Amino acid sequence: MAVIQVERKPLTFAERTYIPQIIGGLKTTLKHFFAPTVTLQYPEERPEIPKGYRGVPTLVKDPHGREKCVSCQLCEFVCPPKAIRITPGEIPAESSSVHVEKGPQAFDIDMLRCIYCGLCQEVCPEEAIFLQNQFSMSGYTRAEMVNNKARLYELGGTLPDQHFKWDKKKAAEEHGNAH
Amino acid sequence: MATEFAFPDSASKTDAASQEFQTEKMSLAMGPSHPSTHGVLRLQLELDGEIVTSCDPVLGYLHRGDEKIAENMTYNQFVPYTDRLDYLAPLASNVAYAIAVEKLAKLEVPARCQAIRVIVSELARISAHLLGLGAYGIDVGAWSVFLYAFEEREKLYKLFEELTGARFTTSYTRIGGVARDVPEGWTGRVEGFCEQFLPILEEILALLTRNKIFQDRTVGVGIISKEDAIAYGLTGPNLRGSGVGLDLRKDKPYSGYEQYEFDVPVGAKGDCYDRYLCRGEEMRQSVRIIRQAIKKFPAGAWYAEDAKKIFAPQKAKVLTSMEELINNFMIVTEGPQMAAGEVYFEGENPKGALGFYIVSKGGGVPWRMKIRSPSFCNLSILPKVCQGNLVSDVVSILGSLDFVMGECDR
Repeated sequence: MAVIQVERKPLTFAERTYIPQIIGGLKTTLKHFFAPTVTLQYPEERPEIPKGYRGVPTLVKDPHGREKCVSCQLCEFVCPPKAIRITPGEIPAESSSVHVEKGPQAFDIDMLRCIYCGLCQEVCPEEAIFLQNQFSMSGYTRAEMVNNKARLYELGGTLPDQHFKWDKKKAAEEHGNAH
Repeated sequence: MATEFAFPDSASKTDAASQEFQTEKMSLAMGPSHPSTHGVLRLQLELDGEIVTSCDPVLGYLHRGDEKIAENMTYNQFVPYTDRLDYLAPLASNVAYAIAVEKLAKLEVPARCQAIRVIVSELARISAHLLGLGAYGIDVGAWSVFLYAFEEREKLYKLFEELTGARFTTSYTRIGGVARDVPEGWTGRVEGFCEQFLPILEEILALLTRNKIFQDRTVGVGIISKEDAIAYGLTGPNLRGSGVGLDLRKDKPYSGYEQYEFDVPVGAKGDCYDRYLCRGEEMRQSVRIIRQAIKKFPAGAWYAEDAKKIFAPQKAKVLTSMEELINNFMIVTEGPQMAAGEVYFEGENPKGALGFYIVSKGGGVPWRMKIRSPSFCNLSILPKVCQGNLVSDVVSILGSLDFVMGECDR
């Protein structure tokens, strides 16, 4: 529990002949030579992705197929590299979720700018944006690397929901006790 | 130690000979894309034959203006930028930054959060030193050290990935806590890593420590005296290698480091070999700290619950309660609310003392942030140590200083 001096002993005569080190080194390398390999043969073998991995950001729908994003633009605001661009729009009157009032007309994430930091997912008050398991993206043009709304929903799919807060709001409205 | 060469008198003293050989100093640019400069560092060397007569480091190839960027975003938005300071130990930089801002807010984080931060900092230290060691091995001609070190780093990256969601750019801390709690069983897996790591570390170090070839390249090369080390503002293993036992974890404990027992290794001579030995010993000490931290890993909150204006509320609350929803919007858009004032905090990072000097005029955005990066200060001694050495020794000295340009140029 203090300051200690690192040990520094002069080499013995045998060590100065290089021989013990050469033998010792060969022993170590031989041991590793016959040890099982740790390399992953990448495109064929895929790494196991742990839960909570921060991959490509995606938009998700709730189990009833309603798009969860209400275009509050909080993710657009917080995104450190400014990769997200949202154009808010209104929800058409004939839609069953018209009481949500707002949804994104356009939602673009520029994957050339995205740094996968996960702040968008963290701040989202609707659990609409998720960084999921996909980690490799490629494209031939810059335009290809911008994920638009359709692509984001395609990547995201549907995730389970625990709260269904908009369904609750609708039910409350129908019963006339909404705020 | 400067290498001295005695030229035969007959060659140097006759006018005829000097005219015939036309000896003049040669200027050589080593880098910015030289494998041994560990990043984009350019050394403008002036050579007299094989001997370096002057060495002028040229920095700034990786300059991004992080300090200015910090003035234009909230405190939490800057966390991903701290990953990219010392990108070999992003977790340690995250932790140092979070503690600096918390010092400004006069905020105490709970014991569990502190323990998590200590564990991740020490894991980051092991990871950074392993890379430093492996790259140093390559610099002086030992390949296998690098391979075995990277095998261990891969295991560490697996642990980081599970904890933070990313292998490399972790962005793990938030002001007032961390991004998420440790996953189920993670501490056990860290314990398991430590268990198997120690014998492998000894095996890796055994390849170099008593190796005559390695010693020939490092012993007595690039000696930094105690006085010089202090005068040039060296920190971290480079300072300790010169025999100064300064370790901020011991001298100005933060994040609960005072609870843990560990030793601070120092060198005797201050040469490349001493710096290598210090790094090796520091990894053993890091394992010691991690084991103690896991042994008494506290339960409870992993973020400061009372800091309502600093740490964003939990997701479940945001989704169900109006108050928390508004609070979430406020913290994200306005930033974690700080008092006006100035604060300086340094944390003991793998490369040395990483300091953040923050001037706040209140609100959620710093008015000015200065980052004191250890690599930058450590590099300042380069012109002095390189002088009089051979070109090949410059490679050895660079490797032993173990800097990272992301943090140096920031």
